[in-house]
Amino acid sequence: MSILIDEKTRVMVQGLGRDGSFHSRQMKEYGTNVVAGVHPGRGGSMFEGMRVFNTAEEAVGETGAQCSVLFVPAPFASDAILESANAGVGLVVAVTEGIPVLDMSRVVLELDELDTRLVGPNCPGLISPGKSKVGIMPGNIFSEGPVGVISRSGTLTYEVVNQLSLAGYGQSTAIGMGGDPIVGMKYNDYLVHFERDPETELVVIVGEIGGTDEQDAAVFIGQHVTKPVVGYIVGRSAPPGKRMGHAGAIISGADSTAEAKVKVLREHGIPVADTVEQIVDLVAAGLGG
Amino acid sequence: MKLEEFQAKKLFREHGIPAPDGVMVTNATDGKTAARTLGCPVVVKAQVKTGGRGKAGGVRLARTPDEALIAADSILGMDIKGFRVERLLIDPAVPIAAEYYVGMTIDRKKKVPVMMVSASGGMDIERVAAETPELIFFHPVHPERGLRLFEAKQLAFRLFSDSKDVMAAASIMVKLWNCFNDLDATLAEINPLARLEDGSITALDAKIVLDDNALYRHPGMEELRLPTPSEMKEQGAKSHGLSYVQLEGEIGCMVNGAGLAMATMDVVKHLGGTPANFLDIGGSSSPEKVVHAMELLVSDRNVKAIFINVFGGITRCDDVANGLVQALSEIDLEVPMVVRLTGTNEEEGIRILAGQGITALKDMTRGAAEAIRLAREGSVGR
Repeated sequence: MSILIDEKTRVMVQGLGRDGSFHSRQMKEYGTNVVAGVHPGRGGSMFEGMRVFNTAEEAVGETGAQCSVLFVPAPFASDAILESANAGVGLVVAVTEGIPVLDMSRVVLELDELDTRLVGPNCPGLISPGKSKVGIMPGNIFSEGPVGVISRSGTLTYEVVNQLSLAGYGQSTAIGMGGDPIVGMKYNDYLVHFERDPETELVVIVGEIGGTDEQDAAVFIGQHVTKPVVGYIVGRSAPPGKRMGHAGAIISGADSTAEAKVKVLREHGIPVADTVEQIVDLVAAGLGG
Repeated sequence: MKLEEFQAKKLFREHGIPAPDGVMVTNATDGKTAARTLGCPVVVKAQVKTGGRGKAGGVRLARTPDEALIAADSILGMDIKGFRVERLLIDPAVPIAAEYYVGMTIDRKKKVPVMMVSASGGMDIERVAAETPELIFFHPVHPERGLRLFEAKQLAFRLFSDSKDVMAAASIMVKLWNCFNDLDATLAEINPLARLEDGSITALDAKIVLDDNALYRHPGMEELRLPTPSEMKEQGAKSHGLSYVQLEGEIGCMVNGAGLAMATMDVVKHLGGTPANFLDIGGSSSPEKVVHAMELLVSDRNVKAIFINVFGGITRCDDVANGLVQALSEIDLEVPMVVRLTGTNEEEGIRILAGQGITALKDMTRGAAEAIRLAREGSVGR
């Protein structure tokens, strides 16, 4: 098992520009069931053995795509998310960085009405190792196993996963939920799935400064999650009021510091690692216990 | 992008929000002239993009043009929380009866804009939120429907009892939402919103932060950018595809990815060192990007050692290695450097660096420890 995506999930790619083309190939090589591409003006053509359509509606109608991964440039991305959601896609993964925050607010409200889930934006996507990869993660560092990973970052997720894999702790599903102030699914939404997934035995949550999602997760875990959870929070040396790369990684109040997040997680009995290496130790302890 | 008060007030006035129509000056003589033109008394206000300027002595009342000259002279050049005062706003002083707070921002949890109002105006709203949260009222705003007048009135009744005041404040709240929405702001704040002795209601301070991701559809706003020296460096970095924030430590960090960059700074701090900066070179790292990144690091005189931490995912280690080799041929590096390379094409990357006599480590924590050790050795030797 895994969560949200597996080898059967029918995936379409929105935006076949440079990145979309490159990662379509990478996803196919990984074994993802990529069934269609959507690129206005290229309908009727083929790309890497998949059919290309002008609109999401056609692509879904013709191929039964259930999941869409977006490489559409930021000015057009929020519309593209709504396009695939309105075409009936149940899971949209928005890799695009730089979508205005008010656009995202409008998008998430409409997605709630449509019953479409959103991963991202500004995210590396998600992967169920050995089954399917929807996004831009380097597939080779992931391995199959019992650890669920939820992260707000990209490269840091790879660093964490790589060390877990090297130490023999594979992953059921690993998700980069996105680094923007407003993203679709958050820790709690993924935790519900991991809690139900029989393959997942432990969940690692990788957080950072900005917002209070980690605190919300701590409370939620205390009430609804029986599986062990390990935390790791970065940005302990970040100055207030400065964006640390991610649009959402900015200390805007006492609650949004790394220290505040670590404290609340620990208060809820969740062990928090100080370094990436310590995550592996805490995972070992969590699975051993 | 943060705006200064004089810019935010102008945008407020353009959206129909009453705010004193003062004069921005950059020298004390102009401050005196402005005071004479506006008519005294005036308030002389430091234009800095940080809170707490009043406590720091950056806001002064002047009863005569000569007092304005003296006030302006003492405030210009002042350092307020690391921001040097280069501009002043000379505003007509008005007799205040009461102060309130009204702000618009994004509620990340509810994923919608939110209006916040409080009768505790003029204070640091963060402190009000922490100490007396019951004094702040929050109202989520539907981004499509906007803030309707009846909603604004409900909020205004939290602050005022006189219906004339309520209507005036509600109208300002609706206009504040319009301003926030029209400009694609992430923050639009009036603190204080004042009721004056003549009964009128007006914005005595103004704060606006624009969404950087939305600037592409507000081309005129870019002209409002008044970068501080450190922001200038950050903007310069951004034009090369780098994300940079300068700190005050000794270990210059160059990393691919924002999360990993923060983790790198944290591990440096965890091991007793001090990070000199946040620097994310991004996903695809062309050699020239690495060259620009190295230039940034060596331009910081506090840097005593450089730690390059690359996890090759989409970024290829051999690309980074080639960039480094090129950078080192162009830059005279006077401080020690530690490289950690792992992931995609790591063997190739390590081989390229070895050819130049650079040893790359595979472990991040060991790399950070080594950089800290070399920084200390370097300072002892000097």
